[in-house]
Amino acid sequence: MAEAVKQPEPAGATFEPRIVAFFCNWCTYTAADLAGTARMKYAPNARVIRVMCSGRVDPQFILEAFAQGADGVLIGGCHPGDCHYQEGNYKTLRRVAVLRRVLEDLGVEPARFRLEWISAAEGDKVRSAINEMTEQVRALGPCRARPAAAAVEEVAV
Amino acid sequence: MAAQKPKVAFYWCASCGGCEEAAVDLGEALLTVANQVDIVFWPVALDFKRTDVEALPDGSVAASFINGAIRTSENTEMARLLRRKSQAVIAFGACAQLGGVPGLANLTTREAILETVYQEMPSVVNPERVRPLPEHRSNGHTVDLPALVDPVRPLSSVVAVDYLVPGCPPTPALLAGAVEALLAGQLPPPGTVLAPDVALCETCPRKDTKPAMLAVTAFKRPHEVLADEATCLLAQGLLCLGPATRGGCEGRCISGNMPCTGCFGPTSRVRDFGAKAFSALSSIIEAKTEDAIAQALAGVPDPVGTFYRYSLPASLLRQKRTPA
Repeated sequence: MAEAVKQPEPAGATFEPRIVAFFCNWCTYTAADLAGTARMKYAPNARVIRVMCSGRVDPQFILEAFAQGADGVLIGGCHPGDCHYQEGNYKTLRRVAVLRRVLEDLGVEPARFRLEWISAAEGDKVRSAINEMTEQVRALGPCRARPAAAAVEEVAV
Repeated sequence: MAAQKPKVAFYWCASCGGCEEAAVDLGEALLTVANQVDIVFWPVALDFKRTDVEALPDGSVAASFINGAIRTSENTEMARLLRRKSQAVIAFGACAQLGGVPGLANLTTREAILETVYQEMPSVVNPERVRPLPEHRSNGHTVDLPALVDPVRPLSSVVAVDYLVPGCPPTPALLAGAVEALLAGQLPPPGTVLAPDVALCETCPRKDTKPAMLAVTAFKRPHEVLADEATCLLAQGLLCLGPATRGGCEGRCISGNMPCTGCFGPTSRVRDFGAKAFSALSSIIEAKTEDAIAQALAGVPDPVGTFYRYSLPASLLRQKRTPA
C-alpha cells in the first residue's frame, strides 16, 4: 500500500487525487478486469489493491492509507447476499458504519471514503464509481489526514 | 555507606495522578521496594528538585518511570532530562504509552481550548483577553510558564522509551513486576509492553459464558441495563472492549460489573487500537441492512471517545483535522 500512495507527483503539476481502491477478488476486481477487456476508459487515479474479500479490509488499512497520503479510499465488494464467503461483506458494512463516523469526527470529509457493491458483471459501475469519486475528491483538494510532522516526531532509540 | 542501591525516578507529565496512586497501592510492598532501590526523584511524594536530577551523572539512574502524556514544553524538557540521566525509561500508564484521556484534546485545537477556558466560560470575565504567556517581565524580573504544545503526544514521540506498562492506571502487580524484573536484571527486549500479550477475553472470569457466535441487536450503555454479574457483558449487549484490549488488568472493571473501556491498549499485533476495537465490535452486530446497523449503533453516541478513549495520539491519524 505504501507504494500505492507514495508515487511522487511531477513538479508543478495540478492536483491529481490519489485514491486507494480495495477490490474483492470475486466481484469488483473481476469487474475492473472486465472494464479493461471492454476497453472502457476511466480516470487513472485509483490504485487498485486486490483482496480476497471486502471483509478482509481491516479499518486499519483505510486509516493507514489516509495517514500515508491517500486523498480517498474506495472499497469494492460483492452485493449483499452474494459474498463468496457468505457474510464477509456484511461485516464490511457494519465496520464502515462506525468508520464513517470516526473519519468525520477526525475531520476527514465523507466523500473521501466510499463503499460500492460491484458484481463481476458490472464493469461500467467500476468506471462510474472511480470517475465520480475522482471528481468529488478533486473538488475537495488534497487530503490533510497525513499526521503533521509535529505529531510524529519519533525518536531514534 | 551501604552498597549502592539502584536509583529509580518517578515523574508525571500530563496525567491525573492515578498512576502515582498505583505506586501507593503497593501498600506494604512499597516499603520493601523502597528498601531495595534509592528513589532519587518523585515530585508527588518526595522533596527533590529538578536541580537534584540535573546534578546526577548521565546514565546513573537505573530506571525512570514516567507517566502522563506530553502536553507542555515542560513535559518534553523533563522527559528529555530523565532520558539523559537514565539507563531505562519506562512509559508508565495509558497516557505515557498511548496519549490517554488527555489525548482526547486532539479532537480540538490548542487555540480553541484556550478560547474556551480564558474567554467563553460563564464564570470568566476577561475583556482584555489576558492569556498565559510563556515569558513575562516585570520590575526587571522574568517569570516563565511552560507552553501548551499541540497536539498531545505519547512519551515515545519525544524520547526513546525502553518499556511500556499499560493501564489507567497500571495495577500495583504490574508495577511490582516491573521493579522486580529491573532489580533482577531480567528485562525483556526493549520496546516490550510489560503485560501479557493476550486479549482480556482470554483471562476474563466470564469467558465460559461468551457465546461462540455473538449477535448483538443493539449496543446498550451501562446505565441502561442491570447487567448480570456472571454472564459475558457482550452477550448482554454491553459494549465491552475485551476482545481488542490487552489483558493483565486482572479484569478489575469486569469484576465491578462494568465493561472494558480499553485502557490496556492493543496487543503487539495491532497498530491502531481504536480501529481494531471498532472493527471487532461492529462485526458482531446481527443486522444486515444499513438502517438496522445504524440503529444497533445508536448506543455508541461517540465512536472516537469510545474506541480511542486512551489512544488517539498514538493512532494512525493522531488528531482531528481542522479546516485550513
